[in-house]
Amino acid sequence: MRASFVFSEVITGLRRNITMTIAMILTTAISLGLLGGGLLIVRMIDKMQLIYSDKVQVMVSLTDDISANDKSCSSSICANLQRELQGSSNVETVTFQNRDQSFQRFQQLFQAEPELLRLTRPESLPATLQIKLTDPSRADVLVKAFAGKPGVKTVDDQGVFLQRFFGILDSIRYAVFVVALIQAAAAVLLISNTIQVSAFTRRVEVGIMRLVGATRWYTQLPFLIEAVVAGIIGSVLGIIGLAVLKEFFLDAALSGPIASGVLPRLDLLDVVAISPILVGVSAVISAITGYVTLRLYVRL
Amino acid sequence: MIRLEHVTKVYKTSTRPALDNVSVEMGKGEFVFLIGPSGSGKSTFLRLLLREEVPSKGRVYVSNFDVAKMARRRVPRLRQSIGCVFQDFRLLPTKTVAENVAFALEVIGKPRHTIQKVVPEVLQLVGLDGKADRMPTELSGGEQQRVAIARAFVNRPLVLIADEPTGNLDPDTSQDIMLLLERINRTGTTVLMATHDHSIVDSMRRRVVELDHGKVIRDDARGVYGVGR
Repeated sequence: MRASFVFSEVITGLRRNITMTIAMILTTAISLGLLGGGLLIVRMIDKMQLIYSDKVQVMVSLTDDISANDKSCSSSICANLQRELQGSSNVETVTFQNRDQSFQRFQQLFQAEPELLRLTRPESLPATLQIKLTDPSRADVLVKAFAGKPGVKTVDDQGVFLQRFFGILDSIRYAVFVVALIQAAAAVLLISNTIQVSAFTRRVEVGIMRLVGATRWYTQLPFLIEAVVAGIIGSVLGIIGLAVLKEFFLDAALSGPIASGVLPRLDLLDVVAISPILVGVSAVISAITGYVTLRLYVRL
Repeated sequence: MIRLEHVTKVYKTSTRPALDNVSVEMGKGEFVFLIGPSGSGKSTFLRLLLREEVPSKGRVYVSNFDVAKMARRRVPRLRQSIGCVFQDFRLLPTKTVAENVAFALEVIGKPRHTIQKVVPEVLQLVGLDGKADRMPTELSGGEQQRVAIARAFVNRPLVLIADEPTGNLDPDTSQDIMLLLERINRTGTTVLMATHDHSIVDSMRRRVVELDHGKVIRDDARGVYGVGR
């Protein structure tokens, strides 16, 4: 089989149905853009887990009285608490953070929110004991043991908060995947339809080819490649769209949390990393769609 | 070369069979006219040979192919050994004369240098040398049919099937086409031609198989069109 023959047939086919081809490419692009968005959220969650896993996992806030007067955990209540925590089986490290340090940390976290900084005074923040656990999943035992002890205002398992936060991200990801799936269904139908139209407009030629003894592969391969080429172009557009969105929209919208280290920064490299998946998925799906369409709906 | 054994073909849309228990044999190198009124079963006969249809009953053989029984993926092989010419020429409108002819060779994977050698030869044989680079639409009907014959013959097929090849042509041009088919027949190719053209059948005096209502009603070794009417 001649590559030049197949190639020229593919070009002719794509140009002949130019409007359908464009619709097919755009739908594929949007579908894959959404899929890519979902994958980027997954990567973001991974990065966040990495960031947060070596940070504080349980935070014991101390009462106002200690927070106001004890700058170095030298009072007997605070020192006792610290010793007791240190002695617990699941605890790796315990660090004391006094009110001023808490405030500094707060300023750093919310530097993008000057309003909030202006309204918050150091007195509204407690001194804390920051605890790192050997096994974060058993944090609840520690929370129960230390809640209500003298000098303790609250005990927070940040894992719970993080889980809730990851839960929100997970739902966003699922929503994106569902929309991507619906869009993918539209793309698949469009690919199938385009191939059928394409085959119909060329039925006379293909009939003649079959008559002189061309095999099914010979006559159908161009249609199949047409679908795959459109699919790949669509996925590339989708990737470009993602990169543009990230560069000019997402980075600006999330600049605050990213700068303060709450959210990890997504790099163009992340987009690059998921692009082979997108191109591959697109090529495989359009090839399968094309093949099934040719088998079931095109009698040539 | 061509053998039909008790072939019956009933289309789903019709109660009357298009072919009704037809048995006929055509040998290598024969020239056979297939005649009969419209709806007599000529087209069905030809379509069965090309495996565009399968018989409802009976067997069809072309060369070594058991046409009705063969696997679908082998059908291209069958068609590569049969040349086809039609009333409406059926040329690829986007390809030049030479490309149309070359296509039949490309399809079966002939190397480029063979194609470049064979195509001009066969174009010369059909009297189209010098028109290799024309598009089909720039040619007269007779010339287009010559291209179709060149394409049908370029593989040196064992059988050449012609379905009303002169149906769209004036008498003089038809005569030229018949001379061409005769030349091809002389190379040993079996030619089976379905036609309505009295004068051609009468002047050629070849074997005539006449169909009517799906049955073979006449098979004369050196027949004319109108006998028995």
